[in-house]
Amino acid sequence: MSEEQSFTLDGRRVPFQAGQTIMAAALAAGVYIPHLCFNREFAPHGSCRVCLVGVNGRMQAACTTPAAAGQTVESETGEIREIRRGILQMLFVEGNHVCPACEKSGACQLQAVAYYVGMLAPHYTHFYPRRPVDASHPEAVIDFNRCILCELCVRASRDVDGKNVFAVQGRGIEAHLVVNTPSGKLGATDFSIHDKAAQVCPTGAILTKHRGYEIPIGQRLYDRKPISVVGDVATLSESKGGRRHD
Amino acid sequence: MSTLETAAQPEYLCRIAIDPLSRVEGHGKVTLFTDRDHHIRQARLHIVEFRGFEKFIQGRPYWEVPVVVQRLCGICPVSHNLAASKAVDQLVGAHEITPTAEKIRRLMHYGQTLQSHAVHFFHLASPDFLFEFDAEVARRNIGGVMADYPDVARQGVRLRKYGQEVIRVTAGKRVHGTGNVPGGVNKALTLQERNYLLADLDLMIQWGRNIVKLIKQAYALNPGYFSDFATIRSNYLSLVRADGALDLYHGGLRTKNDQGQILFDHLDYRRYAQVLREQVKPWSYMKFPFINSLGPDRGWYRVGPLARINNCDFIPTPLAEDERREFAALGEGQPVHLTLAYHWARMIELLHAAEAIHELLLDPDIFGDELVVRGEMAREGVGVIEAPRGTLFHHYRINEDGLIEKANLIVSTTNNNQAMNESIRQVAERYLDGKELTEPLLNQIEVAVRAYDPCLSCATHALGQMPLYVELVEAETGTVMDCLVRDADGTFRHSG
Repeated sequence: MSEEQSFTLDGRRVPFQAGQTIMAAALAAGVYIPHLCFNREFAPHGSCRVCLVGVNGRMQAACTTPAAAGQTVESETGEIREIRRGILQMLFVEGNHVCPACEKSGACQLQAVAYYVGMLAPHYTHFYPRRPVDASHPEAVIDFNRCILCELCVRASRDVDGKNVFAVQGRGIEAHLVVNTPSGKLGATDFSIHDKAAQVCPTGAILTKHRGYEIPIGQRLYDRKPISVVGDVATLSESKGGRRHD
Repeated sequence: MSTLETAAQPEYLCRIAIDPLSRVEGHGKVTLFTDRDHHIRQARLHIVEFRGFEKFIQGRPYWEVPVVVQRLCGICPVSHNLAASKAVDQLVGAHEITPTAEKIRRLMHYGQTLQSHAVHFFHLASPDFLFEFDAEVARRNIGGVMADYPDVARQGVRLRKYGQEVIRVTAGKRVHGTGNVPGGVNKALTLQERNYLLADLDLMIQWGRNIVKLIKQAYALNPGYFSDFATIRSNYLSLVRADGALDLYHGGLRTKNDQGQILFDHLDYRRYAQVLREQVKPWSYMKFPFINSLGPDRGWYRVGPLARINNCDFIPTPLAEDERREFAALGEGQPVHLTLAYHWARMIELLHAAEAIHELLLDPDIFGDELVVRGEMAREGVGVIEAPRGTLFHHYRINEDGLIEKANLIVSTTNNNQAMNESIRQVAERYLDGKELTEPLLNQIEVAVRAYDPCLSCATHALGQMPLYVELVEAETGTVMDCLVRDADGTFRHSG
């Protein structure tokens, strides 16, 4: 058996196996690094930048940076928290994230990560984009106002469901989620609420139709414990209900 | 209707604005037009806010609506949440919800009625009763009440807190909870929660009795003034239970005319649009509803505690019913038209709410586990509830995908629009006409509006002192002749 390799994360020794990223190794060791577009079931995407960490003094995405022996990784520093907070604040103003009225509130990964990094207000001027709600599907509704372009649904539908229902169209600030049909309507696809793509959204962009607010306040996923303890929406078995795990 | 709605030649009159009105929910103003001899020629209540909820919920999923629209208000959001939930019940085919769901909703509603009535009386209106109209301005607020009547102020705070706790236990949060879902509720009560709420309830009922007594004492001290001030004869609209009892959660629509004769009774509220119309006037953003068969001039009506106590045949809880009988005697067989009696009726309802909470907490159905029913989807739903400030209508239509296509809300304060205007005209004519502008006189206008407990914006509300500017403007040149300013600390001064 070869000697276990390790790096340090905020002064703590974290072992890793060859080929693991800093994120994968940290989560395996029970150390939380905030993230949105990362899901251990899919290839790293590196797009949300919330998991930025200092690796030997350079800022890199923990989800795409391979772990290496002897690395000095910093995550919970004041500077990094401020960067993460800024990213979250920008995500909140780019879309229309109205937490007080959102069905996903209390069980939303975006909201939970925002709380984790200490974001309590959007800070920046809201874009207030005009985006529609697609309720053409009998089982699900897509609220494009809440999409943060993590592409988890794109990857899940393509790589797991084999349906390729979603795509991101446009570049830069014009980038937006689309449904791969001529009408652009979800109702024209073979999407199912049981698809993997329906389970992975870290916000309230893809929701079950005709249902709302079924979990009482106080029993929702992140009502009592932070995301660093509870974990991601998508990796929890009861994520459909959004009920907390004690 | 008063002749003071529109002056013939306003360009030759002085305009006096009370802007904003103080100790009411939200922002509103009153404008008075006077001639050179200080005679009132025109008096209007204006609601200066624009909310736009009916427009911006278009295109949103119907199941989201009760939670969104409750943001109309921070004082009685439960009313909007419940009215919308009742409409959404119809959309999902839940024509009769389970006993547990209905009783949890009733508990929530009586909790909010208790807290909302307590806020209005103790925090906003009690200075009008406990101090003279021309009392020092610095005393005429909740701070003055706390200094001079600490027990009354403390009871007000505790009553409100109790009502808020009932809401928290049933809805999940004290303000803007999510307990109501399409076709029911998302939780019942636990035994621990029930016992927690029962612990203080006897005290709340006792305080409810005390406050009704306080109002009766205020009336007995000055019955002439109480009877005359801002008093107008009107029609009345409210929900009543099938047996004629007061019911704040559900029932049929009943209207009475100023003689007490029933105009229509037990009307299915889904047919409200057939019997009620709304008139638009060019000078106001708020519509003027009226009973269709009587037309806009004679068909305007009042809603809220006074209307409900006048309209119902009895109150189904004993202590409040005793008080109702005593109250009704004032009318000598007709409805009680005293505008200041709104406060009295409101406190009878506060007592009723506390008694109703008691009955519900002893009902085993509140522990049930059948919380939601669903049936065949429909495209249209109407929900009506007796909110603390009066009858509240929510009407929604959805498209085939379940997104809101059209919404119509008639909020309680809108129903009282014409009545509030009539009351300020009566006060302006009776108490201000021919007199020089002074702050105590203008305060009487505010006292008249305040009796209705209007929720002018359903979102922002001001407590205690708001800055107030009253300008006397020379009509022909526009020159400011006099300006009375009330600063944030409550002091008055004449300015430039």
